[in-house]
Amino acid sequence: MSIELKHVNYVYSQGTAFQHTALQDVSLKIQDHEFVALVGHTGCGKSTLVQHLNGLLKPTSGQVLINGEDIHGEHTNRKALRQRVGLVFQYPEYQLFEESVEKDIAFGPKNMGLPEDEIHRRVIAAMEMVHLDPARLAAVNPFELSGGQMRRVAIAGILAMQPEILVMDEPAAGLDPQGRDAILGIIRDLHQTGTTIIMVSHAMDDIADLATRIVVMNHGQIAMDGTPREVFCRADVMREAGLEITEAARLAGTLRERGLPVPEDIYTQEEIRDAILRLWKEKVHAQ
Amino acid sequence: MKTERIRTEQVGFTYEEAKHPVLEDVSLKIHEGEFVAILGHNGSGKSTLAKLLNALYLPEKGDVFVCDMNTRDDQHLWDIRRNAGMIFQNPDNQIVATVVREDVAFGLENLGVEHDEMVRRVDEALNSVGMTDYADASPHTLSGGQKQRVAIAGVLAMEPRIIIADESTSMLDPLGRAEVMNTVRGLNRDKGISVVWITHYMEEAAMADRVIVVSDGKIELEGTPRQVFQQVDKLRKLHLDVPHMTALAAELREQGIPISDQVLTVDEMAEEVLRLVCPSN
Repeated sequence: MSIELKHVNYVYSQGTAFQHTALQDVSLKIQDHEFVALVGHTGCGKSTLVQHLNGLLKPTSGQVLINGEDIHGEHTNRKALRQRVGLVFQYPEYQLFEESVEKDIAFGPKNMGLPEDEIHRRVIAAMEMVHLDPARLAAVNPFELSGGQMRRVAIAGILAMQPEILVMDEPAAGLDPQGRDAILGIIRDLHQTGTTIIMVSHAMDDIADLATRIVVMNHGQIAMDGTPREVFCRADVMREAGLEITEAARLAGTLRERGLPVPEDIYTQEEIRDAILRLWKEKVHAQ
Repeated sequence: MKTERIRTEQVGFTYEEAKHPVLEDVSLKIHEGEFVAILGHNGSGKSTLAKLLNALYLPEKGDVFVCDMNTRDDQHLWDIRRNAGMIFQNPDNQIVATVVREDVAFGLENLGVEHDEMVRRVDEALNSVGMTDYADASPHTLSGGQKQRVAIAGVLAMEPRIIIADESTSMLDPLGRAEVMNTVRGLNRDKGISVVWITHYMEEAAMADRVIVVSDGKIELEGTPRQVFQQVDKLRKLHLDVPHMTALAAELREQGIPISDQVLTVDEMAEEVLRLVCPSN
């Protein structure tokens, strides 16, 4: 299932003193099985963009197409489309409200009008996907869980609707290293089992580990779009967009500036480690 | 010898209905002008410790002293809170007024500070956090980092000796985090205010004078950032991150390269590599 934005413009509070253009001529096509990281500083338009992907916001001009079908077309079943594009907001655990984990996760499938046994089956499957033990936790009040567990309940609520595309806004924000690794591991598994992932994040090292493509936003426009290798070797464009590159890429850049023969496209810890080992061995051999 | 600002003596704490204590036998001292980071994962007890440091909680065992006042001593409660100001995690939960200036004045109004003095302190506090231009703005128009700076100004107006920041950057983006961290670091340097910086971001702890690592309610490690972060294996066992460059140095040492174990930053790593591989050395 593909998502395509065609020349999308979005203006907040048009015609008032607060008028503000959040997206300007944004065109983007995301194919099946991609893992796209959407990056940019606060106010760059990425949250506005995310809300266009399942029709929460309607472009001021331009089109959003899902499998070639215009989301805002006259005959489009917007509700059905929304179920295929799951949107996980920032701090989704703040939206939990039911008295048990099971009921909270069942809320979406129930609204879809699914039969009881199918709802139950989906709740169990979604809990397993986020590594929450159904036997132990299904009946528990979600507000008795830890922050990281609550976030996994919220994500399971979206997964239970079986979306083909999962859009996540800062899924690891505010979690400690262990909670972050758990959430990112779950997202990695979902991607490997066929879900298309679009993830908004500020954590460049997480992105370097996971994403197949990075879209950089600045001033409501796409500043750069490419593989992590292409994006992380453009420290200049990233800095202009108010973003950092990985420490490994920064180290490679610094060493190159100081005259050492380090490849230009390095961005992971393993690559810079191997490059330094090579330099060291050459020096030892030369002596 | 620098003046002591906070001292905890064998502090223990158990939440109601909990089976196990969240803090056990915690003794620490924080001095005038010190910037101390308390690092730990969720559930380690670090936030409980923060709340014990300005009498939001009272210890179950042991004692906590703030500027030599025991937090058990009811009559010192307001002096303790005025001396040890606290900033919390969520920027949206700390602002009470509809205008920035009034929000900063809130604590002073409660103390009954007279008007001219109040105006002076509010102006000075806003100036110290770089928010003077926003004095008449409505807080909801501010970014997360700006809201946290307003919260800091509210604490500053009380002229505290200590600022306790409990994960005050964890809901901000990298720019907001740097903005808040730099503001507090500056107040620490310029005004000599002691800072207790509670975080799970090791990059922030790396900027402190001293790091205290808390795990399972106990102090596990303590020292300068370099002393603490070179213990790569131990930190990983405690489910904490290690600075990327420190971890890289450890990997290179395993491969037989005699690189320093004191490396924290990209620049330090670059200098080490240059020292080791350049032909002249």
